Amino acid sequence: MNNIIVLPMVIPVLIGIILIFLGPYTKAQRWISLGVMVANAGISIYILNRIQTEGILRLDFGGWTPPFGILFVADSFSMILVLTTSIVTSVCLIYSFFSIGKAHETMFFYSFVNFLVAGVNGSFLTGDLFNLYVCFEIMLLASYVLIALGGRKVQLKESIKYVAINVLSSWFFLVAIAYLYGTVGTLNMAHLSERIAEAGQTPLLTVISILFLTVFGLKSGLLLYFWLPGSYSAPPTAVAALFGALLTKVGIYAMFRVFTLLFYHETSITHTIIGVLAGLTLIGGSIGALAYKDIRQIVSYNVVIAVGFILVGLAVATPEAIEGSIYYLMHDMIVKALLFLLAGTMIYLTGTANIDYMSGLIRNYPLLGWMFFIVMMSLAGIPPLSGFIGKVLVGQGAADAGSYILLALAFISSIFVLYSLLRVFLSCFWGETIISVEDEVPLKKGMLVPCVLLTLVTIGLGLGAESLAPYVSDAANTLLNPDVYIDAVLND
Amino acid sequence: MYKPNDLILRTTTSLIAFILLGFAIYLLLAGHNSPGGGFVGGLMTSGAVLLMYMSYGIEAVKKMLPINFVTLIPIGLGIAVLTGAGSFLFDVPFMSQTFGYFTVPIFGEIELATAMLFDLGVYFTVVGVMITIILSIANDQ
Repeated sequence: MNNIIVLPMVIPVLIGIILIFLGPYTKAQRWISLGVMVANAGISIYILNRIQTEGILRLDFGGWTPPFGILFVADSFSMILVLTTSIVTSVCLIYSFFSIGKAHETMFFYSFVNFLVAGVNGSFLTGDLFNLYVCFEIMLLASYVLIALGGRKVQLKESIKYVAINVLSSWFFLVAIAYLYGTVGTLNMAHLSERIAEAGQTPLLTVISILFLTVFGLKSGLLLYFWLPGSYSAPPTAVAALFGALLTKVGIYAMFRVFTLLFYHETSITHTIIGVLAGLTLIGGSIGALAYKDIRQIVSYNVVIAVGFILVGLAVATPEAIEGSIYYLMHDMIVKALLFLLAGTMIYLTGTANIDYMSGLIRNYPLLGWMFFIVMMSLAGIPPLSGFIGKVLVGQGAADAGSYILLALAFISSIFVLYSLLRVFLSCFWGETIISVEDEVPLKKGMLVPCVLLTLVTIGLGLGAESLAPYVSDAANTLLNPDVYIDAVLND
Repeated sequence: MYKPNDLILRTTTSLIAFILLGFAIYLLLAGHNSPGGGFVGGLMTSGAVLLMYMSYGIEAVKKMLPINFVTLIPIGLGIAVLTGAGSFLFDVPFMSQTFGYFTVPIFGEIELATAMLFDLGVYFTVVGVMITIILSIANDQ
């Protein structure tokens, strides 16, 4: 009995509900939410270690055995992502304590962060395609509230776009699920995998898989990222950091799951399309990252580039490339949260988002400047920071598979990432100091501490990549051998 | 002041609202193993309450039913989640359900199921959500 694997979803839901009753007690809300995320991190480390000794864990809700009931399946890939989610959310929560403001806190901000995390964790853990849809919706509903909360004009404009796009893609998701159910008659992922393997991936199934690709492409920003930069720059910093770190990653996770577990027979069609889309995303994201002077837009386009990069690993689908993608996924969740927090802090300090109007910040706020430098190095993939190992492995995989165009695009995009952030660094941190000592806005310690924490995590992840290796290679192994997953779910 | 002539509406409401509420409770209690359930029970209850709002006005109904419908939403959600989480106490898979037969005075032997508790959570949530949505649209100036 593995009731514990449902806890990463149930605890945030329950606490989110309890926090609604604690409306005016913001202090209690803060510490309880932080406690939940820390507890979740602990639980996921425990489960991750249990998976290494006992294999993949599963929990059949209400004792209904698969393929009849709904179940949660915890393999290394899901648990790594749950763990990273918990860490990133804890840090974003600490940042929000000092930046989000009383108005948000009394309007159930912490409840909705908890619901968002519940949806994200549920999406990572579920073993049923329809349940994946439900968890997506929980996450999206919470994100609709978080993006609109505050009621500024730009938030209203962007949230309408965001809601419209996501409702549309959710509808596509439902249609795709219905087609798949009509074709193979099951929605349990392991059972689906088994049946698709038995029947062979017919052209009809391949078309359905393309529909899934479109859905997850919209959610994760793979080529269909037109909504992303606007939506991610509208909400307050702590929320934007959460979105940038978590939301697109859930789409990427779903894409990995679906295209390694279910539709892996016609790689010449599906994975080629993913490769082309990833390449175009890298190009488009790179152009976007250079085109804007608004630091929020630059940071959001960096999210897009990372999506392209991670999916290069899926398109290539060699063991090294998948391992690289998993490393890069963890790295990107942490570093994108950090990047959004730093950008938000810079906007808070200078009162402007345009990089032309910021200058010489490093004299006023040296620690902030150096952290931005580290983040830039980490994103560019300079060893020993966390981006390095992922980039090397994805590159190695692409070279082994002979996808030299993707390889070139992936590494050229790294240069564009470096250039776009270097431009911010040069313009904002170097040069003449335009803020005099008297006008200097004091940098709150509470804003600095979360950034320092995440910087330490990115350095730690880079230096400690070796100690994570067994977990990551187990995750990649499960992804590449669907039989391991199927055995754990159906033949146990 | 304009005063609507709604004698028929008021008279039927006082009769029908009780029938509706009674039937809603029946649906709620029957839901776990015959047609019905917390969702439809909740819808019917909110229908009855709305009928009262329409015929007697918001102020009068607030005196009759001094319930804050917004707080019903988290209460219902809490009941539903806790019913699922109750499985942790008994060391059975999450969301497990059980039932038993009990003899109570007046009714004799009846069946009680834990699925009913989950339905009760759904019922509260639906009532809270429906009435909150409709009242906030109706009150909008």
